[in-house]
Amino acid sequence: MEFHTYSSPHLPVPGRVSLVMRRVLYALVPGALAYVGFFGWGVVFNLLLCVGVGLAAEAAMVSVRGRPVAPALADGSALVTAALLGLALPPLAPWYIPVVAILFAIVIAKQLYGGLGNNPFNPAMVGYVVVLISFPQPLSLWVAPLGAGGHHLSLAQTAQVVLGGHFPQGMSWDALSAATPLDAVKIGRGLNKTMEEIRRSPVFGDYGGIGWEWVNLGYLIGGLWLLRLRVIRWQIPAGLLGSLFAIALVFFLFDPDSFPSPVFHLFSGATMLGAFFIATDPVSASTTNRGRLIYGAGIGLLVYVIRTWGGYPEGMAFAVLLMNMAAPTIDYYTRPPVFGESGD
Amino acid sequence: MATRGRLRKLHQFHGGLRLAEHKAESTAAPLLPARVPSHLILPVQQHIGQPAEVLVRPGDRVLKGQPIARPQGYVSAPVHASSSGTVVEVGRRPVPHPSGLNDLCVVIETDGREQWRWREPPTEDYTDLDPAQLRERIREAGIVGLGGAGFPSFIKMNPGPRHRIDLLVLNGAECEPYISCDDMLMRDRPGEIVAGLQILRHAVQARECVIAVEDNKPEALAALEAAVREMNDPAVQVVAVPTRYPTGGEKQLIKVLTGREVPSQGLPSDIGVLCHNVGTAAAVQRAVTDSEPLVSRVVTVTGAGVAEPRNLEVLLGTPIADLVEQCGGYTPAAHRLLMGGPMMGFALPSDELPVVKTSNCILVASREEMPPPEPPMACIRCSECVQVCPANLLPQQLYWYAHAKDFDKIQDYHLFDCIECGCCAFVCPSHIPLVQYYRFAKTEIWTQERERRHADLARQRHEFRLERLEREKREREARLREKRKAVKETARDQGAKKAAVEAALERAKAKKAARSGEAREPAAAEPGDAARTDHDD
Repeated sequence: MEFHTYSSPHLPVPGRVSLVMRRVLYALVPGALAYVGFFGWGVVFNLLLCVGVGLAAEAAMVSVRGRPVAPALADGSALVTAALLGLALPPLAPWYIPVVAILFAIVIAKQLYGGLGNNPFNPAMVGYVVVLISFPQPLSLWVAPLGAGGHHLSLAQTAQVVLGGHFPQGMSWDALSAATPLDAVKIGRGLNKTMEEIRRSPVFGDYGGIGWEWVNLGYLIGGLWLLRLRVIRWQIPAGLLGSLFAIALVFFLFDPDSFPSPVFHLFSGATMLGAFFIATDPVSASTTNRGRLIYGAGIGLLVYVIRTWGGYPEGMAFAVLLMNMAAPTIDYYTRPPVFGESGD
Repeated sequence: MATRGRLRKLHQFHGGLRLAEHKAESTAAPLLPARVPSHLILPVQQHIGQPAEVLVRPGDRVLKGQPIARPQGYVSAPVHASSSGTVVEVGRRPVPHPSGLNDLCVVIETDGREQWRWREPPTEDYTDLDPAQLRERIREAGIVGLGGAGFPSFIKMNPGPRHRIDLLVLNGAECEPYISCDDMLMRDRPGEIVAGLQILRHAVQARECVIAVEDNKPEALAALEAAVREMNDPAVQVVAVPTRYPTGGEKQLIKVLTGREVPSQGLPSDIGVLCHNVGTAAAVQRAVTDSEPLVSRVVTVTGAGVAEPRNLEVLLGTPIADLVEQCGGYTPAAHRLLMGGPMMGFALPSDELPVVKTSNCILVASREEMPPPEPPMACIRCSECVQVCPANLLPQQLYWYAHAKDFDKIQDYHLFDCIECGCCAFVCPSHIPLVQYYRFAKTEIWTQERERRHADLARQRHEFRLERLEREKREREARLREKRKAVKETARDQGAKKAAVEAALERAKAKKAARSGEAREPAAAEPGDAARTDHDD
């Protein structure tokens, strides 16, 4: 009798890239729901634009590169990039912002580097930074969350604002937008206000900003679920949150009037999204266990530095990209000793 | 049960996997001898090292246990006729080897009489034999590592004067799914194994002995414990080790038992440990006590493709088709034929191939058990492979450099510490056949090294030749000059008799000098010849 020959191991492989990506998407749901709940339909438009344009760009690029299109779309990586970018951009940003960002992310940051697995930088963060630098004004305008003076526009009104730039009768950016808590801290510190005074602004909640604390909590829950499923490992989130908490604590204890509390840092801006979903992108992160701790810690420190002394109120995207750059070096110097090298 | 593993603190190796065991399928039926097949196909190379040299010709009658091929060189092992009959063919045939290449085989048509050749009377007391004699017995019996590697056992028993063996380990972990041949042997013949252990221990003068068995084999553990109790030797311990693939890997098992790591690229004897498979120990017992060479082994025949999975004591050289037939034949689901387990075994193209010394398992898998591999995708550097690698390597980096054919870099990342256990490929969400990449890289590096060695030798030879030609030219010119000078002097002083005598003397001297110059010549050619000899090695 004749048989087919294959190479070992012969057992069926249970894991699958598409399953990994699908789980990441599921894990985003709680945080995304909170985001939509507090900040309105604009988030949904960002997501839809990013997903639609992102998948189209992925398909086009893959076919231009002469690779099969269906498996590339089915692996779900473009979907995850689009979702992360959609959740990172400010709601109610004009339509071209998500379009430019996702095009840059997929076409240049991902496909021109060789597609999935070959991009040295996190594509979503490259796209985000490109629009942040190119369109500073719309990127600095955030709608006020519900419960802090925010109004919710209807779906149709949102479409008008996003696609046409027309605000409904009696509304304008001034009425709709508010400084984010990180903005408020940055501006207040610039005016030499104490934290006590800054915190009187209506955007602040119990420990973070109103809305933001819930959004971050949602991502934290999704992130813990990913940890439990072992889709991600603990080192990067622990390194990131740990270092951010530690350095914030040092400055907070040193001068609580000038520096916000460490808990505020953990539940503001993109902290949890970054710690569990962005920094953990395996392609552009460090791959050794020790390296991942260092990589995460580096991001946490940079986030604090940029938030506190940098030119931008939030620093997650820059911190991630800077540490992406360092990842190969970190990997090189954190190689674990192979079996039989570590002695007894 | 409570005393099992007493006194011994166990350790953990990095990585590894918990895999579905699939051992119960083949352990339900008792271990029975397989029948004598009509033909035996015996490859001359069933071990690591030099192939054995054939001693028989077609037409020769052979008896069971008679050597039909003798070892060539030190790292080699003889092959014996596993039953009596007539040699019908000596030629190249397909053999069970991952390469799929043909190799020299002796084919014996059996006569069914199982007639043994003359054997020495049983050895009553192995302690009458000194370690060197024991090693020689084991060498003559053709015993190689039966766990799968097939390294000649007598060599492992000679750790050299530098090393002392503190711990002798019998490996009964049998960590790969489906395989149960060691399990059945331990259940069925624990006495043989323990007796073999005593012989091995005497041969290497080990201080302490451990028989290590994964804790998913309670029957085997109980049987061994009973046998050891009977022996009543406090230096021998039966240890249940946690079930985790690849605990049966020699280095991993030693780590579990001692907490110590065999040095990278080193041998267990470097840390005073010697490790043998339990089947090898049983074979040693038979060889030393009963003067019986290695002519059979226990083989698991299992998988959803076999009607009645079981273990059989099989004569070496028995075609696989014969064994499957004795296990109720193939089921309609039979899809893939493996020799060895599902993690490290290799797929065979046909069941005409024979069982050899290293064949622990014949696994006929269904499509559901082992579907054809899915198309690989890009590596997303998720490092799941890093988490499971029992050699603490970075498999994703090895893959990266193998893919890029950067063979210097891949050695920096310790490619040659990879044991090809397949854990990395099993957890890869991108379905990359990682082990295949590592094998490719290893083979390429070996090929390059061989080629470089050849090129170095060729260059060396060329340089020697140029040097020799140059020297010869110089010597020829010197001789010529001498001669001319002599002729000139003779012409200048023709009249003087005395001068003539002197000239004659001069000539004679020149001649002598020339002769001694020639005499050196063959010696000058020597380095080149030496290089050629090396090259042939």
